[in-house]
Amino acid sequence: MDCVATGGNVKVLAKAIHSLSRIGEELYLEPVEDGLALRSVNSSRSAFACFLLSPLFFQRFQAPSDQSFRCKMPIKSVQAVFKSLASLDRSVEKCRIQLNSEKSRLTITLHCKHGLLKTHNLSFQDCESLQAVFDKDSCANVLQAQPRLMVDTVLHFPPSLEEVNLSVSSDRVWLRNHVEDDADSSRAMMTELCLSAEEFDHFAVSTQTSITFCLKELRGLLVFAESSGLPISMYFDEPGSPVILSVTDSVLEGNFVLATLSEESHPKNHVNSNTKCPDTEQPPDDFMSDDMDSFLIAMETSELPGPSHVPTSPPRLSNRKDNRKHSFSEEEQEEEALTEGPPNKKFCSLFFGSVLPTPSHMPNQTMQSQEVLASDSEDENEPQTS
Amino acid sequence: MPLSTQSQADNDQYILIASLDNARNLSNILKAISFREHAIFNATQNGLKVTVEDSKCLQANAFIQAEIFQEYIIKEDAVGFQVNLTVLLDCLTIFGGSTVPGVCTALRMCYSGYGYPLTLFLEEGGVVTVCRIKTQEPEEPIDFDFCSTNVTNKVILQSESLKEAFSELDMTSEVLQITMSPSHPYFRLSTFGNSGNAHYDYPKDSDMMELFQCTKIQTNRYKMSLLKPSTKALALSCKVSVRTDSRGFLSLQYLVRNDDGQICFVEYYCCPDEEVEEE
Repeated sequence: MDCVATGGNVKVLAKAIHSLSRIGEELYLEPVEDGLALRSVNSSRSAFACFLLSPLFFQRFQAPSDQSFRCKMPIKSVQAVFKSLASLDRSVEKCRIQLNSEKSRLTITLHCKHGLLKTHNLSFQDCESLQAVFDKDSCANVLQAQPRLMVDTVLHFPPSLEEVNLSVSSDRVWLRNHVEDDADSSRAMMTELCLSAEEFDHFAVSTQTSITFCLKELRGLLVFAESSGLPISMYFDEPGSPVILSVTDSVLEGNFVLATLSEESHPKNHVNSNTKCPDTEQPPDDFMSDDMDSFLIAMETSELPGPSHVPTSPPRLSNRKDNRKHSFSEEEQEEEALTEGPPNKKFCSLFFGSVLPTPSHMPNQTMQSQEVLASDSEDENEPQTS
Repeated sequence: MPLSTQSQADNDQYILIASLDNARNLSNILKAISFREHAIFNATQNGLKVTVEDSKCLQANAFIQAEIFQEYIIKEDAVGFQVNLTVLLDCLTIFGGSTVPGVCTALRMCYSGYGYPLTLFLEEGGVVTVCRIKTQEPEEPIDFDFCSTNVTNKVILQSESLKEAFSELDMTSEVLQITMSPSHPYFRLSTFGNSGNAHYDYPKDSDMMELFQCTKIQTNRYKMSLLKPSTKALALSCKVSVRTDSRGFLSLQYLVRNDDGQICFVEYYCCPDEEVEEE
């Protein structure tokens, strides 16, 4: 693999990496036919981000001879290559990313002014493809705004604020800080901002809805959009479905996919759809192995097809964040306990999947790959699902 | 100026008197070598030399020539003492370091000889402070035996480009490797950290390279922890000369311009971590 970025694009590349660092600790790098994909996911799998840089972004783009090459590395290592972000466009003339497969190193070379050459040989790990399957076109609501609007809006909320609630009606958008139900509401500071549809470049709300998502993870995208001047588009549906924020221009596309809080008492909201067969709950198993290299990604966008098949699945999915590290059996028991407990305020996780080159991947094929991955897990439900 | 109204009798007791209208011309340069608590002062007719050492492997010297001082009186060939550098710097900046133009701390530094404290008279805005700092028996600075005849490789670079490289150095690397060669890579700084290795190459024809005299290829490693303090001197400097001798000892000499544009020098000597013939 040999890619060369020049001029201002070096800074764009660096900024994309910095904004991904707000999501997760590892950077997943994968050359695809459409260009170079840089991805990251957070530890609870409730936020995913991907920047796709088209071949035109680069002065030269040569995909690796090994079509299935992909790797991941600590994102801090890559950020260290692009230190002094502010002066990057003044000092760096060219950035070259090469794969040195013999030594298992990714070499990033920065050609700087005054003849200075900075070479970084980073070690990487092989990994499975990290891809969240999402479909912006199927979202009921679409908003688009200039980054300045979003940045100014978010300014009103304290930097420590984790979750924000966005409500839309046919002509207005409200942004509020989300307060825990059990917090003393008389002590908490409530901030509410109302924006009219006119402030948006595009405002298409087909269903009035209210979603809550994590603001912190979004800030990375806001910084990127503001510096690049690209408008931000938001795609969302009902609570529980992820919200997708994206920026695009002719040579790059950035998508930030964030899970939203599901409605507590509504088990129907928690489920994965297009990549799962109702008979199985394979993805949870993969989570349980806690092995980043064998994740299944699916999106929770529709109702549970057959609740009778796996009676405990809804709470399980919704409590993903808490139970990811436990073995499968423990999780089941815990979730049952949790369903009886206090209101379920957990983000639905995004499941991560094996390589699915096209969204139209057949469900049964997916099933097969899931089965392979699940075969090593400690899935107690296996007997039920076969 | 109140400091100069001291009586002649007072002056007679001192064997060293050094005065500055702007104490920063001394404090700034001393900060560049302040990585350990104690400093050895050695004053001669030529001026002041202040030495700080670390674990017998690193030595830093700051030279402030006699011409820098508004008043420089020395009554012996050589006057030496050791003081706590941290305390000295605290005293020199006792007025807080105002950056208002035209306002600065004036200094009169006096020493009566062996057994006496180092006396500092500091004045700013009409307020005078007198500090007396205990002195100690001066240790003998290590002689690194670094002489020009043994120098195998020498480059002089403009500090600006090295500053960037040093600020980006991977601190998870235990060593900084310096390669100097008459052929490619000419002058290379390398680190070996947790995420991989990194190389910073300066070509010999770079416009940042003022002098390039390399006779043979040499690669030496130095402990990062030892060299880290030198970045303070680098930050103050406008030019730096990097020399290695046949043993692999490193000499870094920094040209520093003080507030008044006068030139002072800071140098660092460092022992190599291990002999590395080739990468």
